[in-house]
Amino acid sequence: MKILIVDDFSTMRRIIKNLLRDLGFTNTQEADDGTTALPMLRAGDFDFLVTDWNMPGMTGIELLKHVRADAKLVSLPVLMVTAEAKRDQIVEAAQAGVNGYVVKPFTAQVLKEKIEKIFERVDK
Amino acid sequence: MEHSGSWQDNEQFVVQLQECANQLVDKLQNDKYHEASELIHTLLEARDDHIFKSVGQLTRGLHDAIVNFHVDANVDADPAEISGSEIRDASDRLQYVINLTESAADKTMDKVEAITPIAMSLGIESQKLKLEWVRLKKRELTKDDFKLLYDRVDGFLNQMGDGTDKLNKSLQDIILEQGYQDLTGQVLKKVISLVTNVETELVNLMRIAGQVEKVTGVTTNTSSADESGVVEAEGPQIHAEKRADVVSGQDEVDDLLSSLGF
Repeated sequence: MKILIVDDFSTMRRIIKNLLRDLGFTNTQEADDGTTALPMLRAGDFDFLVTDWNMPGMTGIELLKHVRADAKLVSLPVLMVTAEAKRDQIVEAAQAGVNGYVVKPFTAQVLKEKIEKIFERVDK
Repeated sequence: MEHSGSWQDNEQFVVQLQECANQLVDKLQNDKYHEASELIHTLLEARDDHIFKSVGQLTRGLHDAIVNFHVDANVDADPAEISGSEIRDASDRLQYVINLTESAADKTMDKVEAITPIAMSLGIESQKLKLEWVRLKKRELTKDDFKLLYDRVDGFLNQMGDGTDKLNKSLQDIILEQGYQDLTGQVLKKVISLVTNVETELVNLMRIAGQVEKVTGVTTNTSSADESGVVEAEGPQIHAEKRADVVSGQDEVDDLLSSLGF
């Protein structure tokens, strides 16, 4: 499975990359903003997107909306991993079609559960 | 600000007004219209003088307030070129904190990634040895098996010695790496003081602006809060427990989503 990790902080990208590797997902790539991530998604054949919300160029919620609006990417599973914790935001993300929402700080266990849940649903 | 000075000026002005008013009534009652007209002229001059003095005081106050901001800038350039300010200083320091914390996080993760294989291989080897040891205890080993086990245990003990030395050294280095918190803490305290200074200076400026409004009789309509309907991102919540519109923790996120049918 090919995964794209998007976050403007390199430390967080590294942490998520490591956790995914521990879960057996070794085929990962990184982007530091929605603006750099979107072309990568359109060009590559990613199976899963993990993205932060707060990014300077294009935010995670905007990236999600672009993904859902693109015929090629519309059913790409998207997990948000973010410090944003306002109820309005969580609802907005859900309504925009996010498949999972993890708040920071998070544990390896939580990440694992959310990923399993997403792919359990996708298979069904 | 010379508050007592402006109060005295006001007092003086009021006394002047009262005297003139009394004289004006007197002149009018005695049909001395020309003199009355000159009195009104004097009154107007007194009022203009008064405004002039007030504006002069406000201008001085404004100048002092601006000097206190310590902003080195060429304001005539478009856009204005700022070469130095408290806010700029605070921004530089915050960037330093970002850099330092990133570097400490990377170094710590580097060390962890370096020692993880050591810990793993020690664990794997000891598990394999345990199996052989169980066989030994049940007297299931042949002489050749025993010879192999003998050498293997020897090797393992050396591996343990080296490995645990490296582990301990790295663990200690990781502890030391956390020292960044001391440096960033000091820098952040300085930023707090810079930002507080700027706030004080702004409040001072607000006060003077209020006085200008009083003197010139200008009132402004304060615009209502922005109601564009866009949900603003706020970053990590620091007082989640005090806010009703914010969740605190993954469990609350999950509850919210499932209550909406997601």
